[in-house]
Amino acid sequence: MKILVAVKRVVDYNVKVRVQADHKAVELANVKMSINPFCEIAVEEAVRLKEKGIATEIVAVSIGSKGCQETLRTALGLGADRAIQIETEDGVDSLAVAKLLTEVAKTESPDLIILGKQAIDSDNNQTGQMLAALLDMPQATFASEVVIENGEAQVTREIDGGLQTLAISLPAVVTTDLRLNEPRFIKLPNIMKAKKKPLDVKTPEELGVSTASNVKVISVTPPAERQGGIKVGSVAELVEKLKNEAKVIA
Amino acid sequence: MSILIIAEHDNTNLKPATLNTLAAAAQIGGDIDLLVVGANCQSVAEQASKAQGVARILLADDAVYEYQLAENVSKLVVELSASYSHILAPATTTGKNMLPRVAALLDVAQLSDVIKVESADTFVRPIYAGNAIATVQSSDAIKVITIRATGFDPVAAEGGNAELVTLSQVIASDKSRFVGEELAVSDRPELTAANIIVSGGRGMGSGDNFKILDGVADKLGAAVGASRAAVDAGFVPNDLQVGQTGKTVAPDLYVAVGISGAIQHLAGMKDSKVIVAINKDEEAPIFQIADYGLVADLFEAVPELESAL
Repeated sequence: MKILVAVKRVVDYNVKVRVQADHKAVELANVKMSINPFCEIAVEEAVRLKEKGIATEIVAVSIGSKGCQETLRTALGLGADRAIQIETEDGVDSLAVAKLLTEVAKTESPDLIILGKQAIDSDNNQTGQMLAALLDMPQATFASEVVIENGEAQVTREIDGGLQTLAISLPAVVTTDLRLNEPRFIKLPNIMKAKKKPLDVKTPEELGVSTASNVKVISVTPPAERQGGIKVGSVAELVEKLKNEAKVIA
Repeated sequence: MSILIIAEHDNTNLKPATLNTLAAAAQIGGDIDLLVVGANCQSVAEQASKAQGVARILLADDAVYEYQLAENVSKLVVELSASYSHILAPATTTGKNMLPRVAALLDVAQLSDVIKVESADTFVRPIYAGNAIATVQSSDAIKVITIRATGFDPVAAEGGNAELVTLSQVIASDKSRFVGEELAVSDRPELTAANIIVSGGRGMGSGDNFKILDGVADKLGAAVGASRAAVDAGFVPNDLQVGQTGKTVAPDLYVAVGISGAIQHLAGMKDSKVIVAINKDEEAPIFQIADYGLVADLFEAVPELESAL
């Protein structure tokens, strides 16, 4: 079984992002970039399926400027076999990404495509579902467990209020939630090996996809700052304030 | 302009997030149709017909729609889409699962988690877990949008009188099949719909200790939530998680107990009207955003709070 995994390069999870002074975008200059945490979980899941003997080949894809080759090397270090970068400007929208991945999937014919449920920069939570729709494949989003058997994937999903299990026929698209697995730490020999694994570069033109977007960002502003309040000295004082000052309890 | 909203429901009850989505649609303006898709969901259609501001209820009631699978529901929505300028769904796991398929099939972008309507084509949405706020303008012919419920006050659930239209399209889902579900059973309100939330963090120490929050929650009619740290530590299940990777809430009162206030948690609750923090570490960042902070041992303060209420 062949698995395609999509990975995105984003501002590192631990960085406190700041908005540019001109309110046009978030400050990205000299900010630490990393693989999107949900994408890292996607790669890890693919690698585990390969270690169980279920998957035979893992292809990682990333879309963006040259920097995302670093993200692909991370995926290769985790255990992907080869990588494809589609060279674009950064910030291509979800629909264009889904179209580019559709073209890659048509060439690669994977049995399973795993993506993160969302990227922690744009927080869109769209690409996997759009890709599944364009390929007319079934999907299982927000996965917390994936079991492959009898030509289908049984996927437990994190939904509002609990868990849902779906059986989807392969080929299919799965998007990962946080509890699916804990990605491994990449050991030094694997970093060295990753540097030697094949990495192809393609362009949207080669794939026949336009990356133009119909959505324009008008402004990006910092959120309203919440002012801290007061410290109360006792539970009694707290209850009194909530009743008489904030009036949120009776 | 005319707007199609996909109703959130469990085949029995209309979920409140639908009413918040209706409020967002009212701000966009135009006729509003509400699609109820499910199985044996007539009672949902009846409830929905009373919601304020709905012109027509479109009811697709068939066994193939029982679990509202994304594959066939998205195709149904696309079949209905031609006459609409906007298609909206609440940004719940159901809406987030299904609506991007609609957008892709229509070859348009989707705007996710909209918290404010500026005009019929311009919307405000949080990015970077709410650490930045983007205003975006769409020139797509059909705008496909998920609405974050906490950004809009719900319309009234009563007083409306929508016309009921029964749809005949039956689209099977042959590649995806429901196997089972485990839903948390609770008498308490749902996290995203609660007026008051009492949340525990790593400071709770164990899953058993979470029970001390129940007494306070019961007296306040509150939902119980948790920080990611408490979920990661295995104290409580993930569906209680409030934060960037969990649920976004904005109740009238949020009581954070033993929660330090990591950025990722604040992203999920900082729009609450009143925030109370109880923590023994007076340097905890949660105090910087709390309206009322109590520096105390939670194992003493929480039982005392319960008896004081």
